[in-house]
Amino acid sequence: MTRKRPEPMQVVKQRRDAALNALVHGVPYIRFLGIEFDRRGDELTAVLNYSDDLIGNPFLPAIHGGVTAAFLEVTAIITLAWTNLFPLIESGEIDVDEIASGKLPRLPRTIDFTVDYLRSGLPRDAYARARVSRSGRRYASVHVEAWQDHHAKHFAQATGHFLMPPPIVGNGG
Amino acid sequence: MADKTKLARQFIEAIPHARALGMELTEIGEGRAVIRMPYDDKLIGDPDSGVIHGGAVSALMDTCCGAAVMSHPSAPGGTATIDLRIDYMRAATPGQAVVVTAICHHITRNVAFVRATATDDDTDRPVATATGAFTVEKGF
Repeated sequence: MTRKRPEPMQVVKQRRDAALNALVHGVPYIRFLGIEFDRRGDELTAVLNYSDDLIGNPFLPAIHGGVTAAFLEVTAIITLAWTNLFPLIESGEIDVDEIASGKLPRLPRTIDFTVDYLRSGLPRDAYARARVSRSGRRYASVHVEAWQDHHAKHFAQATGHFLMPPPIVGNGG
Repeated sequence: MADKTKLARQFIEAIPHARALGMELTEIGEGRAVIRMPYDDKLIGDPDSGVIHGGAVSALMDTCCGAAVMSHPSAPGGTATIDLRIDYMRAATPGQAVVVTAICHHITRNVAFVRATATDDDTDRPVATATGAFTVEKGF
């Protein structure tokens, strides 16, 4: 039995990046905060690009606690959506061109979100990664951690529960 | 006490991110604060419906809870969030401002406890509620 020849790398990367870009850049609030996502395979790292508008305490100065909460929540939602989308993009069940043209899949909706503030956010870029602890048909539980200079020294972490959108029906469905 | 209220108001209105979100402090004093955030396209989290992102509501909740702590008669200065939990009951109606009322219901030498409620024009049905613990700082 002959194995199917692997797709050229550019084709794979282009498809994945186009889907992720559409997902992230389609949300005005993510653009407003200046959040971008780095992708390595299916793994995502959120990057909060620093700007003076993100400051909450001008005397320290420190990043606004609300910005930190929003950054963690955006990371959780996009990672959760991406985790569910990735296999469908790879299998061709979802047409990436459709997503890229603005027909975005529905995003998970936050039920509750709890943020622990571990140390103050410094006025510089921040990074975050989310781990989907459980993803069911209706509900999902996600844990997310954010750091700045040292990956091991988190400045905030959060846990949230999300209501999943109705399942995406693939081609012909 | 009036000076303290004035100080807290100046502090809140000087927060760069609160300005970026267009927050308006409408009431403050005695451990209670009310802040309004007008609807804006840049806050949209769901482009199909125009509903604002939960993160924008979180930022408003956090600011308002902090303001409530600072306005408490027993608070000597500034504050920082230790923990904040937000429950999202429903989507805020697109086009309407979100108003948060926060109450610092208990304060010790080191910790302040706060509850907050967010509503839109339909004030009988909250959009979200929050509970949080905040630090009690000596200075700002």
